[in-house]
Amino acid sequence: MTSSLLFNITTFAYLISMLLFFVFLASRAKALGTAAISVAYGGLVAQTIAIGLRWKESYDLGVGHAPLSNLYESVVFFSWTIVLIYALLDIRYKYRVIGAFVMPFALLGMAWAQLGLNTGIEPLVPALQSNWLLYHVITCFLGYAAFAVACGISIMYLIRANHDESSQKAGEASLISMFPPTRVLDDLNYRAIMVGFPLLTLGIITGAAWANYAWGTYWSWDPKETWSLIVWFVYAAFLHARFTRGWVGRRAAWLSIIGFAATIFCYLGVNLFLSGLHSYGGGK
Amino acid sequence: MTTKNRDVLQSLWDFFCSLKLTMFLLITLAITSIIGTIIPQGAPPPEYVAQISATKLQVYKTLGFFDMYHSWWFILLLYLLTVNLVACSIKRLPHILKIITHPTTTLSSGQEQSIANVASIKSSEQPEALKDRISSFLKSEFAQPVITEVDGAWHLFAQKSPWCRLAVYIVHLSVIVIFIGAMIGSLFGYKGYVSIPEGETITKIGLRSGQELDLGFGIRCEQFSVSTYPNGAPKEFKSILTVLENGKPVPDYTNARVIVNDPLQYKGITFYQSSYGDAGTHFFTMTDTEGKNSVPVTVPGTDSVALPDGSSMHVTQATDDVSAFAPGLSGPAAQVEVHSTSGATDSFVVYANHPELNVSYAKQHGSKLVMHYKGAQKKMYTGLQVAKDPGVWVVWLGCFLMVIGVYVAFFMSHRRVWVRIQNGHITVAGNSSKNQAAFQPVFQQLVDKLTTDLTKEKTR
Ligand code: HEM
Repeated sequence: MTSSLLFNITTFAYLISMLLFFVFLASRAKALGTAAISVAYGGLVAQTIAIGLRWKESYDLGVGHAPLSNLYESVVFFSWTIVLIYALLDIRYKYRVIGAFVMPFALLGMAWAQLGLNTGIEPLVPALQSNWLLYHVITCFLGYAAFAVACGISIMYLIRANHDESSQKAGEASLISMFPPTRVLDDLNYRAIMVGFPLLTLGIITGAAWANYAWGTYWSWDPKETWSLIVWFVYAAFLHARFTRGWVGRRAAWLSIIGFAATIFCYLGVNLFLSGLHSYGGGK
Repeated sequence: MTTKNRDVLQSLWDFFCSLKLTMFLLITLAITSIIGTIIPQGAPPPEYVAQISATKLQVYKTLGFFDMYHSWWFILLLYLLTVNLVACSIKRLPHILKIITHPTTTLSSGQEQSIANVASIKSSEQPEALKDRISSFLKSEFAQPVITEVDGAWHLFAQKSPWCRLAVYIVHLSVIVIFIGAMIGSLFGYKGYVSIPEGETITKIGLRSGQELDLGFGIRCEQFSVSTYPNGAPKEFKSILTVLENGKPVPDYTNARVIVNDPLQYKGITFYQSSYGDAGTHFFTMTDTEGKNSVPVTVPGTDSVALPDGSSMHVTQATDDVSAFAPGLSGPAAQVEVHSTSGATDSFVVYANHPELNVSYAKQHGSKLVMHYKGAQKKMYTGLQVAKDPGVWVVWLGCFLMVIGVYVAFFMSHRRVWVRIQNGHITVAGNSSKNQAAFQPVFQQLVDKLTTDLTKEKTR
């Protein structure tokens, strides 16, 4: 068994899981929800093994390093963290249907990585030869993943809130009645960001510590650094929104979505559109 | 007049205490920060200047967009954030401290209405005995209670981790600590760069501000090397450095190895491997088009040298084997740049093994002199980033406070339980400063346990 085969199985599992979630929404059959999450868990296990295996394979090639060293590996890891955070949320709060809005992110990541990116294991360039890489990338991506989950929940919030407003007159039941009530979605959104914010904070701090160790400056306003700070500002605003009159509900949901858009730009957009010190994540 | 002044002060105070201002500042900082990631920072490169209109350039310059993170308005936003932070804390902290140090130890019926979790238990036991029993129950199951008697009713109050409420203020304090650390760094620290050819010693570095700084000691580069992976990708950039005090090697800093991600630190100054290059001496000859009247020309490193005809030249790039760049050709080659007396600049490649190419280039360009490359004496230079930042520990302290503070603020809560014993009724109330949903089952369990405790004792 090779890691690459297992990654393909993972991608397939996430696809099936997502489709099952959609059918679950439409049919409201509980068994389908259970099936959907089971497949997602199966995919998570396969992916975990695959990441471990790829790690080992890199040692077999004589260039041993954690599988977090290029765009392909980071996208795979991002997808893994998304499903992991969703799994934790599901175990804790049991709002299964959120999977319909989270699994697409995980699938998108895996599909892009498997089909569109260079999957080769490469040796580490000198700039990345540090344990800080591990701490920095893991904390950042766990944070990003929590924000992805929060974004999915916020989209549900907006759909549900719009629906609640218009259907007060119509009064028809629909697949949207499967969604948790807006109050719960608002709370879950907050909880996901409560997980993500400290992780992003740690991610920025470990990045600063690494930069200080390797370059002598903990902060140089490089575009990637600046964008991570922009993301941090947006979520800090989100955290303060609930103490500010007129900023709860819809506006908080929008802040969460904008925050995730900024997160994605920080992760991918900066490398694609801007230039800077972070070669990491760039490439074919 | 004075009341008017007071009104102005009051509204200014209210303005700075407002969380709407916080939202405005955080979002404005997020949006404006984008500018500096799109517009190049520092001296704008000529290509960029050519690309935008003169008015735009002027506007950008006036607004400080080319150094926007140090522009007056960006710094102003950060100051406003700090003032906002301090004002909010001053306004709220006394109230929070009061909650911590002077908790409400009795449960009034008014309070009972507003508390999320309330339960009542009936018991015919003596209030005195009940009080003692519930007190020891709370002590073992929750926390040591405070007992008060008011108008014949017993009130018990117990709480857990009240100091959690301070966590948010620790987070806010940490932001200010980080700012202070950054300020110390910018006032008392510096950043610079130095390049040292192999075998040579430097005592001065160039600062980013353009000045020169005397280190007070010397750094000698013993050797620089690049190693590669089998596929040709770089594996390690390594400098061997020796620190010299009064010209003598310092024992623990002799032949120190510096690689990317592993700097050298001496007297609070840190040297980072950042770049490298060729500092070798290049040998050329100038001949006429027949190959006669040869004059040697020696070009050290990247220096510029004068040629017999008054023009000057320097080497931009050189290689031992040109075949990697120009298939079919072989041997050493150098790319040179010649600045003629008329001000024109000419850049071209000179070969060692292909004099005919050198001649034909000269003929094409109507030059009577032909340049030939004779190879180089190998020598590398190492490029080191140099930094000193005495504020960095303050920044790390701030980061530490922030992480601890955020963790406590989000994942811990101040939990309180009140019990009132009055007319045979036991009323239990409880709340938590955060995450009520998680506290509710805890509270329920506590009440259930107390109920069974009390009934069990009674039946015995
Ligand atoms: C202008 C600057 C700021 C002001 C005036 C401000 C003010 C406040 C206030 C009044 C609260 C509510 C405290 C309470 O009563 O529970 C709060 C909460 C909080 N603030 Fe700030 N804040 C500012 C900036 C920041 C920044 C930059 C951070 C970044 C980490 C931050 C992190 C937090 C956190 C984590 C909470 C707790 C939120 C929660 O419990 O949901 N604040 N802030």
